[in-house]
Amino acid sequence: MTATLGATPTIVLVGHGMVGQRFLEALAERGLTATHRVVVLCEEPRPAYDRVALTSYFSGKTPDDLSMTDMEFIKDHGIELYVGDPAVSVDREAKKVTARSGEVFEYDTLVLATGSYPFVPPVPNKDAEGCFVYRTIEDLLAIEEYAKTRATTGAVVGGGLLGLEAAGALKGLGVESHIVEFAPRLMPVQVDDGGGAALLRTIEEMGLSVHTGVGTQEIVVGEDGAVTGMKLSDGSELAADMVVFSAGVRPRDQLARDCGLTVGERGGITVDEQCRTVADPHVFAIGECALAADGRVYGLVAPGYEQAETAAATIASDEASFTGADLSTKLKLLGVDVASFGDAHGTAEDCLDVVYSDSRAGLYKKLVIGRDGTLLGGILVGDADAYGTLKAFTGSVPPVSPESLVLPAGAGESVQLGPSALPDDAIVCSCHNVSKGTIRGAVTDHQCTTVPEVKKCTKAGTGCGSCVKVLGQLVNAELEAGGIEVDKGLCGCFAQTREELYEIVLALRVNSYQELLDRHGREEARGGDGCEVCKPAVGSIIASLAPAIGASGYVLDGEQAALQDTNDHFLANLQKNGSYSVVPRIPGGEIAPEKLIVIGEIARDFGLYTKITGGQRIDMFGARVEQLPVIWARLVDAGFESGHAYGKSLRTVKSCVGQTWCRYGVQDSVRMAIDLELRYRGLRSPHKLKSAVSGCQRECAEAQSKDFGVIATANGWNLYVGGNGGATPRHADLLAQDLSDAELVRLIDRFLMFYIRTADRLERTSTWLERIPGGLDHVRDVVVHDSLGICDELEKLMRDHVAHYRDEWAETINDPEKLARFVSFVNAPDTPDPVVAFVPERDQMKPDLPLLSIGMRPADVLEGSTQR
Amino acid sequence: MTLAPETTELKIELALDGDWFTVCDLSTLLPGRGVAALLPDGHQAAIFRDRSGELFAIDNRDPFTGAAVLSRGLTGTHRGRPFVASPLLKQRFDLASGQCLDDEEVRVTAYQVRTA
Repeated sequence: MTATLGATPTIVLVGHGMVGQRFLEALAERGLTATHRVVVLCEEPRPAYDRVALTSYFSGKTPDDLSMTDMEFIKDHGIELYVGDPAVSVDREAKKVTARSGEVFEYDTLVLATGSYPFVPPVPNKDAEGCFVYRTIEDLLAIEEYAKTRATTGAVVGGGLLGLEAAGALKGLGVESHIVEFAPRLMPVQVDDGGGAALLRTIEEMGLSVHTGVGTQEIVVGEDGAVTGMKLSDGSELAADMVVFSAGVRPRDQLARDCGLTVGERGGITVDEQCRTVADPHVFAIGECALAADGRVYGLVAPGYEQAETAAATIASDEASFTGADLSTKLKLLGVDVASFGDAHGTAEDCLDVVYSDSRAGLYKKLVIGRDGTLLGGILVGDADAYGTLKAFTGSVPPVSPESLVLPAGAGESVQLGPSALPDDAIVCSCHNVSKGTIRGAVTDHQCTTVPEVKKCTKAGTGCGSCVKVLGQLVNAELEAGGIEVDKGLCGCFAQTREELYEIVLALRVNSYQELLDRHGREEARGGDGCEVCKPAVGSIIASLAPAIGASGYVLDGEQAALQDTNDHFLANLQKNGSYSVVPRIPGGEIAPEKLIVIGEIARDFGLYTKITGGQRIDMFGARVEQLPVIWARLVDAGFESGHAYGKSLRTVKSCVGQTWCRYGVQDSVRMAIDLELRYRGLRSPHKLKSAVSGCQRECAEAQSKDFGVIATANGWNLYVGGNGGATPRHADLLAQDLSDAELVRLIDRFLMFYIRTADRLERTSTWLERIPGGLDHVRDVVVHDSLGICDELEKLMRDHVAHYRDEWAETINDPEKLARFVSFVNAPDTPDPVVAFVPERDQMKPDLPLLSIGMRPADVLEGSTQR
Repeated sequence: MTLAPETTELKIELALDGDWFTVCDLSTLLPGRGVAALLPDGHQAAIFRDRSGELFAIDNRDPFTGAAVLSRGLTGTHRGRPFVASPLLKQRFDLASGQCLDDEEVRVTAYQVRTA
């Protein structure tokens, strides 16, 4: 270090992208943020975000969702982050960087992580209005704006990874899209001709037009200077209102060139194996702007991360080197799996191919095998499930014949090679370079027992996420091998999971809890009274399946009454002093004045505390057990029915006012919310279900924080699933786009029934979606593409539910025997519980809480407490 | 007993200070659920019937929250012993002894109970 004696040495990082952020994390891990001043100059208006997932912006992710920067982290480590203030010049002599704002930073170590810029071919009019690149969130916002207002057709220049993503995005914006690729096939870098052909068919089936083997010669503009089309090298012309260039990227090395650092012939800041620039030992370059020691510029995030680690280690005087990286990739492009790994193109001498190709199914799988049987690489299109395992086997001789690895399951000799067959040094997570041995160690030495724990401990699976499935298999295998009995049973009474109990109840039409316990419970629990965990869980399963298994759909009937939590038993919500709250259903949040008045009168007459809920209805608190039937008699009489606020069941479907009143609305969101709420009311599920419908993309109903949320588009409805508010908020994922009313309802029917069937007890859709193998993709396969062939059954179950729905409260107030249960005391039916009393607060009342701690209040202090 | 049990109006009685206090008909008690009874001294009892027909009675007041709600909890069997779980915060109480199964320092009153 050449810092002045006593002064804190300074590291200046130029560029805050994914690699830059990773570099900061590596500095922090090595304690360098404590010993150094760290300055970051970031050009974009926002700190580091997930550029790999950029396209997910168009499927509903917000820029905030994409952020990779934890501002707490930046703050905690005292990092000075200047957003929107790029470095404009470097004086290596004086060791100073000047930012655009004019501020000058002295450095001891300078790290360049300036990334790359999109390559735009030098064709006439390339900068015309309507021409875009696809690189930053700002680019996407501009494309979205233009596509929505000025374009019906668009052309994407480049048929590689980004080009396909851009074309898919345009299509999603309702723009008819063309892809123009100079090479003879799509994704020329990753796949061969066979893979390209399989990809082409699938992409064309999606309605995208593909033009391969042609170059762009000129962008054609109209009189106003805006794009109208493009001229191609084969002489043809293509009409297009907008053009997106995504024909590859080039290293951003201008800053380095200007300050005299060595750059490669085709760009890239030349660095050594420590990622130090060859021209200046005080300057490092990492990520896409660096020309690595092996003479390559890496455009993938995993090698960039490795370079970030290497640079940080070198600065900390640890030994590290970056000598090159694997270019394996696995992607999901427009819903198609594409993966390539190792020597995908078979460049090694004497290597052989094993190919399986099924054009009908859009499948193409190729393995490259060395003469000695070593797996050298491969390409997978259409189905890349085996990617994780195959990649890890690359460089070794797999324990089974290569043919069996590419044949589809069930075809002759196909073999599903599990990750347990992998050697310990096989890399499972290439983003973070985590080996199978490390993952096993996390389980055996660090007592991790779940995938989230292993992710936290090893970082595996926290990059692109493509290895999470293999991770899960490894963790379970290791736990089992360690003799750790993974008891997945629901509780001490049942060794089965909730999902397994659901299947038993449905298949064997078991409609009694006792029968289920005595026949299928754990040996020691049979003949007993069960417990507070499995009783409501089984009660819920029986209620969900009631019509299909011949059980009563009324939760207070017969034995079912004994299974319900107190809330379901009294059809109201128990509050802390033993009183209950009452919530009538207000579908979609729409209510006529007459009904509002009824609620007001009831609340006034019974002295109830009223509050508007987050689900657009009205909660009335402070009712005693014996008041519930009287209150409900009046509510039912006025046309209200149970709001099921007490149940693990559908709560509300919130709505915004929609097209009818709002000047922005594009669909009738209120009507849809009412329809959905009435359809799914009373549906018992593993946990509560919340929903919302927004009438336009402004999303005033907050549908993306719901278990199932619906957002109107100009063409119909987008369906989002797995959202959650509360303590662990989760943005919902887009399940399907532009659905008609009927398509929307059918998908929700299937989704809800699939959730009810497979979720764990008290597992919200958000956690369920993260837990089930295959996640959102699997759920989409099942409910949209019917991959399990169960959609007919799911729909039928929902039809049965809808047909058999009855209002529980209407039923209860007409049943004298059930009503007899609504008393505080069995031996004094007219006496109220003396512990339930209230005191005034803000024009209403609240529970008399001190009373709870003393149990009873002597008669002389009763004054002032409203005993009712 | 001279009549068939189904037609006999059996009463549930609690032992209070050496006397038997009549609470209600046995038939009002649903197996697996409880009822609350108001006692002459102002205390409350929660009375339960398990699936085999055995009766239990403990204090109705949940010592963790102060609310008189134990009669509204779910019952079950833990290692062969009957229990009720408070509907508020789910602590379990042994129905025969009143001992809290989740906090050994907490116990509620258990009453002797019979049918007559």
